[in-house]
Amino acid sequence: MPKNIDFKTLMDLPDTQGHFGPYGGRFASETLMGALDELAELYERLWHSPEFQEEFDRDLAHYVGRPSPLYHAERLSRELGGAQIYLKREDLNHTGAHKVNNTIGQALLAKFMGKPRIIAETGAGQHGVASATVAARLGLKCVVYMGAEDVRRQALNVYRMKLLGAEVVPVESGTRTLKDALNEAMRDWVTNVDDTFYIIGTVAGPHPYPKLVRDFQSVIGREARRQCLDQIGRLPDALVACVGGGSNAIGLFYPFIPDAAVRMVGVEAGGYGIETGKHAAPLCAGRPGVLHGNRTYLMEDDAGQIIGTHSVSAGLDYPGVGPEHAWLKDTGRAEYVAINDDEALDAFRTLTRVEGIMPALESSHAVAQAIKMAPGMRPDEVLVVNLSGRGDKDIHTVAEIDGITV
Amino acid sequence: MSRIENRLARLKAEGRSALIPYVTAGDPAPGVTVNLMHALVEAGADIIELGVPFSDPMADGPVIQLACERALVHGVTLKDVLAMVSQFRETDADTPVVLMGYTNPIEAMGYADFIERAKVAGVDGVLTVDLPPEEAEAFTGPLKQAGMDAVFLLAPTTSEARMRSICEASSGYVYYVSVKGVTGSAALDVEAVAGQLEKIRAQTGLPLGVGFGIKDGASAAAVSRIADGVIVGSVLVNKIAELASEPDKVPAAVAAIVADMRAAMDRA
Repeated sequence: MPKNIDFKTLMDLPDTQGHFGPYGGRFASETLMGALDELAELYERLWHSPEFQEEFDRDLAHYVGRPSPLYHAERLSRELGGAQIYLKREDLNHTGAHKVNNTIGQALLAKFMGKPRIIAETGAGQHGVASATVAARLGLKCVVYMGAEDVRRQALNVYRMKLLGAEVVPVESGTRTLKDALNEAMRDWVTNVDDTFYIIGTVAGPHPYPKLVRDFQSVIGREARRQCLDQIGRLPDALVACVGGGSNAIGLFYPFIPDAAVRMVGVEAGGYGIETGKHAAPLCAGRPGVLHGNRTYLMEDDAGQIIGTHSVSAGLDYPGVGPEHAWLKDTGRAEYVAINDDEALDAFRTLTRVEGIMPALESSHAVAQAIKMAPGMRPDEVLVVNLSGRGDKDIHTVAEIDGITV
Repeated sequence: MSRIENRLARLKAEGRSALIPYVTAGDPAPGVTVNLMHALVEAGADIIELGVPFSDPMADGPVIQLACERALVHGVTLKDVLAMVSQFRETDADTPVVLMGYTNPIEAMGYADFIERAKVAGVDGVLTVDLPPEEAEAFTGPLKQAGMDAVFLLAPTTSEARMRSICEASSGYVYYVSVKGVTGSAALDVEAVAGQLEKIRAQTGLPLGVGFGIKDGASAAAVSRIADGVIVGSVLVNKIAELASEPDKVPAAVAAIVADMRAAMDRA
């Protein structure tokens, strides 16, 4: 483990080649290298230009509905008898999750690059919906790749995307889930690189994706930091967010990285339990390798084959994780834990009953971790949970578990 | 001089192009691969590209993805692939073998460990499709020091500046990907490819192999007129897929396609 890292320097990552320490980088087909270079250059220019920033901020305010509230969950905090729990309400964004912060940003890039067609991969369907949404608004053709297994699990979101004018392509290869959808989207991009912009949904993929998705999502942490100062008069003691690819977590964490006193806790999907091997927790139980364009922690077997993952939430059901999280783990700036399916489902029910807020099953993992941590903290301590999405899309899954047909 | 350089130099002196078939190791069953390799050589293969199966072959089309899946059903690992090369070498000391695949199985074994084992097995070169020169030095430096070649890809979208640095990083031969797309996709445009090869030749004296989109004797012959090597994969793997339930028939059937191509190339 690297020692004595000045956390402030972590803010300057990645380097120009996309590295976060030994992680990240650009492990892509040669056909895509030119397009990635072009994207990286254009992105650096636009991200620092007032015109782009103005348009991005305007869209976030008037189309997404930002800033999202920082809500004090008083009743939940009281019942747990420990830290004060605050929820960063990304579930209140247009389309119901944090995903749209990123698709707005990337669609603007596509517009500036003059690409008439966008493609996206999706697991739970939230990123697919957010991509189809911005495509509809900008009049872009949109194709969404989705594992056939997820198409079945998330029928409502599939129909939503179709209503929005997107074509949804079920992917039958491999494990028929998110990772296979990503493979297929990459293949599309290699074939149609001239007229197509690939909107990656998380802080993974080849450079510059982990960086630009982080930058677009960092609005979450910037707002939360300011809201804490305004509402509580100080910074929080801990941040908690779920980690699949890790875009909502990095969005919350990044602006707090230099604030060394603020604990950052990423919550992976423990599935049936880490000890069963049926989970999606590469940071907790995987090891470094190369997949989907970057070096990061992966779920793999001894021979380096990617292994199947399990989580009750499709959005966390991914064998890799953003490379910046890998480095935050190794440097000790953030810590990563796992929450099992059962604990997440309990948290889903608890938050719904106690606060009248139904979290996505992904976000329920973060809520479950907060429920674990809060009683061990003092009532004057503050814990911010990223409520990354709303749970309407998961009602079917929960009902099925309850043995009810909706 | 490496086995690959030797072979390509000899062919050049004879005024012929190399025929370089690709098959995925362990497809449709591990027991077939070594026999298949010998059959390919018999049919006129000059270099063999042996695919290392990977669970997530992003740069490949459905044909190679399914080949990987067929091999992985049998649990074929990189170690197994190296054992196949060793076995092949027991009776063939001349035909170069290039391993083609993805970075992760090699990372999982460890670069140093892999290089040592590959050397002992008789591997001549390695092509990792998701390891561009920017990320490759820690692997290809020691690989070349151990006397094996690092083969890199060039694509229609590669800028001339990148072309130069990729050619500098390459040894053995350079693999030109003739179409934008994955393996097994659209047919190639020979004239456009010829133009690109000219640009590449301005940057390097290395032999140029062309792959993607070569489907039959005619396209193999056409490419052999402009390139030093003709790389053919998906059409062979398709034949293997057809015969997946009769693996004993695979070597002869695949060799027949290769022999047709060799004959067409020699007439060209």
